This record gives sequence, C-alpha cells and structure tokens, in this order.
Amino acid sequence: MARAVTPQRRAVNTAAAWTIALLIFFPILWTILTSFKTEAEAIASPPSFLFFDWTLENYVTVNERSDYFLHFMNSVVISLGSTLIGLAIAIPAAWSMAFVPGRRTKDVLLWMLSTKMLPPVGVLIPIYLIFRDLNLLDTRIGLIIVLTLINLPIIIWMLYTYFKEIPVDILEAARMDGASLRSEILYVLTPMAVPGIASTMLLNVILAWNEAFWTLNLTAADAAPLTAFIAGFSSPEGLFYARLSAASTMAIAPILILGWFSQKQLVRGLTFGAVK
Amino acid sequence: MGTRFAATLASAFLASTALAQAQTITIATVNNGDMIRMQALSEHFTDANPGIELDWVVLEENILRQRVTTDIATRGGQYDVMTIGTYEVPIWGGQDWLVSLNDLPADYDVDDIIPAIRAGLTVDGELYAAPFYGESSMVMYRTDLMEAAGLEMPEAPTWDFIAEAARAMTDRDNEIYGICLRGKAGWGENMAFLTATANSFGARWFDENWQPQFDSEAWATTLNFYLDLMEDAGPPGSSGNGFNENLALFQTGKCGMWIDATVAASFVTNPTDSTVADHVGFALAPDNGLGPRGNWLWAWSLAVPAGTQNAEAAKAFIAWATSKEYLELVAENEGWSNVPPGTRMSLYENPNYAEVPFAQITLDSINSADPTNPTVDPVPYVGVQFVAIPEFQGLATAVGQQFAAALAGQVSAEQALQSAQTLAVREMTRAGYID
Repeated sequence: MARAVTPQRRAVNTAAAWTIALLIFFPILWTILTSFKTEAEAIASPPSFLFFDWTLENYVTVNERSDYFLHFMNSVVISLGSTLIGLAIAIPAAWSMAFVPGRRTKDVLLWMLSTKMLPPVGVLIPIYLIFRDLNLLDTRIGLIIVLTLINLPIIIWMLYTYFKEIPVDILEAARMDGASLRSEILYVLTPMAVPGIASTMLLNVILAWNEAFWTLNLTAADAAPLTAFIAGFSSPEGLFYARLSAASTMAIAPILILGWFSQKQLVRGLTFGAVK
Repeated sequence: MGTRFAATLASAFLASTALAQAQTITIATVNNGDMIRMQALSEHFTDANPGIELDWVVLEENILRQRVTTDIATRGGQYDVMTIGTYEVPIWGGQDWLVSLNDLPADYDVDDIIPAIRAGLTVDGELYAAPFYGESSMVMYRTDLMEAAGLEMPEAPTWDFIAEAARAMTDRDNEIYGICLRGKAGWGENMAFLTATANSFGARWFDENWQPQFDSEAWATTLNFYLDLMEDAGPPGSSGNGFNENLALFQTGKCGMWIDATVAASFVTNPTDSTVADHVGFALAPDNGLGPRGNWLWAWSLAVPAGTQNAEAAKAFIAWATSKEYLELVAENEGWSNVPPGTRMSLYENPNYAEVPFAQITLDSINSADPTNPTVDPVPYVGVQFVAIPEFQGLATAVGQQFAAALAGQVSAEQALQSAQTLAVREMTRAGYID
C-alpha cells in the first residue's frame, strides 16, 4: 500500500524540486539576461539582475558578424543525420544482443563502451589525416560519420537496456504467426520500444548538437555548426561577455526549446523499465 | 541585332570565365577587436579584387591555435591565411611550413615595419608573416589614486617603486587593490608575465646549453617578489585572474595599477566600458636596473601556409590588410585610436596618431623589448615572454600551474621552483636538448 503524502510534505518536496531546478537553470538564465546587457553592465559589480537598460544591440552585432543560419542548418543536419544513421545501425545491433545473445555479447558491449574512454585528442591526427585524404574535412558528411561513430556505443547501450525489458515471448509469438525478422523488428519490437527509441534519439540529438571537439577541429568555413559559432565570440583579450552570451543564447535556444517540448517523452524514456 | 547578340554572348562568356576564375580564400583569425574590424572592412579588398572571395573562420585564440597547428602540421589545406603570433612564426618558418613573404610588392614598403617586430617574424632572412598588430606590455595606473597616495609615477619605473606604490594605494576596506597581475596558469597567461618579469630580474629559462635555470637565485627572487607583492597588494583569488579578469577589475575601479598588454589601453580609456577612463596614466614596464625591462613583445600576424592552392591571392590579401593604406582606412571609418598599433613606423610619424594618448608609450614599450637578446645573461633561444621551441607551450603551462599553486598558497615558492626545475629537466631531456 502506498504511503500517504501529507500536504506539508508535498509542499516541502515541491519547494525543494523548484529550488534544485532553479539552481540548475540559473547559469542558462544568467547567460540569457547578460545577452540583453551592455558590455559595461555585464561586468558591473555588484551585478544587476533585472533592473538594467535592456538592449538588443548584442544580437544585432552577432547577426551582422556571423551567418547564424548557416551554422544553425549545419547543426541541424549534422545532429539529425548522425542520430538517424546511428539508430539505423543500433536498432538491429541492440536487437541481436538483447534477443539472440552470443557467448561474447557482454564482452562486445563492454568493448564498445571502452571506446568512449579514449580521449578524443588521442586520435585527432590519424582521423584528420584520413579526412584530408578522403576530402572529408569541413564537410557535413564527414561530421555525420564521426558523430555517428562516437555516439553509437551509447545508442546501442541505451536501446539494449530498453529491449531487455520487452518480454521475448511476444517476439516468439510473432514468429509463430509467421512474422519475418524484418516484420518482427519493424512491426512488433519497434512500436513497443518507441518511448525508449524516442528518448535515445533525443539524447543523441542533444549530444551531437553540443559536441565541441570534433565539430571544431574538423570544420572551417562550410560545415561549422553552432559550437564554432559560439567559439567565434569568445576572446581571451577583450571583454565581450554580453556578445558571447547573445551568441550562446542563440546557439542553445533551439535545443532548449526541443528539450522543453519533448521533456515528457524524454523522462518517460529515461525511466522506462525503472519501475515495474 | 547579330552584333548585339554576339556582344551579349561575349560578355556572358567573360562573366562566366571571371566567375570560374574567382578564388575563395579562407582566413582563420582570432576574435580580437582589431581582427573583427578587418573582417568588417574587408569588402574594400573584395571590391578592389573582384576575382577573390573571402571566407572567414573566427575562433577563440586557444582553439584557433590548436586548429591551425593541426592543419599546418598535417598539410590539411583548410586555410589560405592564418593568424599566428611571434611564437609560432620562428618554429613554423624554420620547418618550411610557411610561404615566404619576401616578394611582397615594392609599394608595400616592408622597411616601414617596426624593426623589433620584423625581427620576430623573420627566419634566416625570410619574412614569414606580416604583422597585423603589435603589442608589448606596460604599466597602466590610476592617476587619482597615485596622487592620493602622494606618489608620482616615473616614465620608466623600477620594480621597487611599483611595489611601494602598490602597497600605498591598497585600501582593502574599499576593495581597492594596489596592483592587479596575471595569476591564471598558462603559457600565454601567468607565464607570459612572469617570464618577462624574470628577464628584468636577471633570470632566464635556460642557459646556453639548454640547462633549465629554475634553481637559480634570480628565479627565487622573481617569484618571491611577485608572491609577496600579490599577497600585500593584490586582489583576492588572483590565481584565477588572466587578462580579462584584470581588465574587468581595472575598469570597475578596483585596481591601482595593472601591468599587461598595451592593447588594453584602448579598453581602459574608453568611457563607454570603463568607469575610470578619465583617470588612467601609462608608464613603461618596470626594470631592476639590469638592462631588460619586464615587458613582452607580441605581434598577431598574417601568414600563408605552405601547400595552399591560393598563395598569390592570400598574399594579395595580406599585403592589403597590413598596408599603410589599411591603417588609413581604419582611421577614416573608426577613428585613429582604433587603428591596429605597433606595426609600422610611419604610423608613429603621423601627427593625427600622435594625439592618441597611448600611441607613444606603445611604441616605446615595443622598442624596449628585444626578442633576440631578451635576458641579462645569454640564452640560446629567441623570444621575450616565451621560448620559441615547440616544447614550450606544454612545459610553460605545467610550470605556470606550479606558480599559480604558489600564488594560491597551496605550495611554497621554493616547492614551486623545485617542481618547475624537475619538470623542465625531464622535458628537455626527453626532447633531446640535454642528456
């Protein structure tokens, strides 16, 4: 029997949840507020929270100096492209590991995860040379390949975890009814795993959107996404915090809005199977 | 009719040929005010050179350095013009990674480049980069606080005077700190300042045989002087302060003095951003009576990487961006105080530029630094605030972490120097400079 929650306890829980949420959100809020300040107000001490002369000047400057739309489109294509290709590879891989495990399946899963432990800079030069020889430097397709590969272990692991929660009897029943392997994955497994696949997809889009090592090191003018857009406004010699905040706000806004609208799906997917 | 058709066809053919021949050059640069102005004014170049189009890659300095280093070392060919500093030029030029700029047109007037800057960009007689703006370091101070302390800043102060003034100006109750200096670890952060300071105290990184010298008396004197001064007159948490943090402190009236890049002069005297704009004075970086002053020399410069397919177009752009005419173009559009400083002698002979309050002190600071003879005792390396060898970046950052830890009170000056010596001996042995 579930324990009754008193109104006082509910109020405390709510207050605690809001406090933690605000603390986590505060850096983003501060960035957004700073983007509407002048450079002088951005470094003022003590800082002003809401009572300052709001200005859109930083957004105008950022738009004059950089092609936001080009960077935005690059981010969209690269993050969605790498996610879709990643899912196309990961769904069959996770299916086979979850439902037809071999003797070495666990080892393979661990090996895949171990590739994430290598610092990316350790393979920068070899990958750079390969990209140079294949003419993939500063191309969207090059980045899609790299981001697909670096996020693939996480996608497979997440999907494997979700698939393990699905009773194998259902798949066997489908097979007895004459379903082919393709039909089994497409029409039986996938619909049941939709929350898990959706949350994996969202998480992967966020990871790809925010990836700032390969996207900075393998691009120049044509394929540079929003991470490079932000890096163009950071300066060790000059206080351009307000302008940098405006660029950051423009870069994170799309993914923030996506996360906001899909949070129910994201939370449902992430807690899938956590409570039985 | 037929003639008109033929003419139209011919002009269409010519236009398509021109388009087909249009070259796009990719320029990698840093996000500094002067570079951003160059980007904004670059349409003047493309208007005059319709066959050349420009693609810009603007990145934060450290990211840009990593990015262009990877590209040039692997001959990736992503960039046609690179913005690099006086640290990279001797190393990359020596490796034949850069295209020589000795054949720039005669009207470019290469002899007009300030000799100290030109020397830092030349390897074996070949000019490998053209300076876009040059900088040194100097003392920026609050004239009102100096007056209140009953002191007068000499044009060329000593370290003893700076220490005395810093302690006299400090008023911790009102959050005014006598001196703000770099403390953040990094080869281009605290080590730029401390290496230049050490030069004026008679210290050096290596002797003529590349033996590290952190166990010398001169380094102990340098580090102890810096730590004592910062403890008595520096702001709290200074081990995390770099250029930007100190700029913010100075602009908000919390520093009596600040010794840093000459380029900061235009920021601290700009009334839009600085609350102390009307009370700023300048002086040369301090010395200890041993010869070298504690100032550095740096020039952000434009270079053409070897292997580019667009070398001629890239050179044309560099010749435009670092020309006398470009300086006049900036003055016309943005005012003389926004002209990139420290590259051409003719700029300092211009009476309009002489009216800029920090013009002469910038030139004097640049002229007082000698990258080929930076220390009291002889050294086998080039560079004032750096040692122009590939190992320096990693080594100096590691040493900088030791010195930042000493500033934060985590280790003593003696321990920091001992660790620095161990690190330097290990790195130089590994790299084959010493046995």
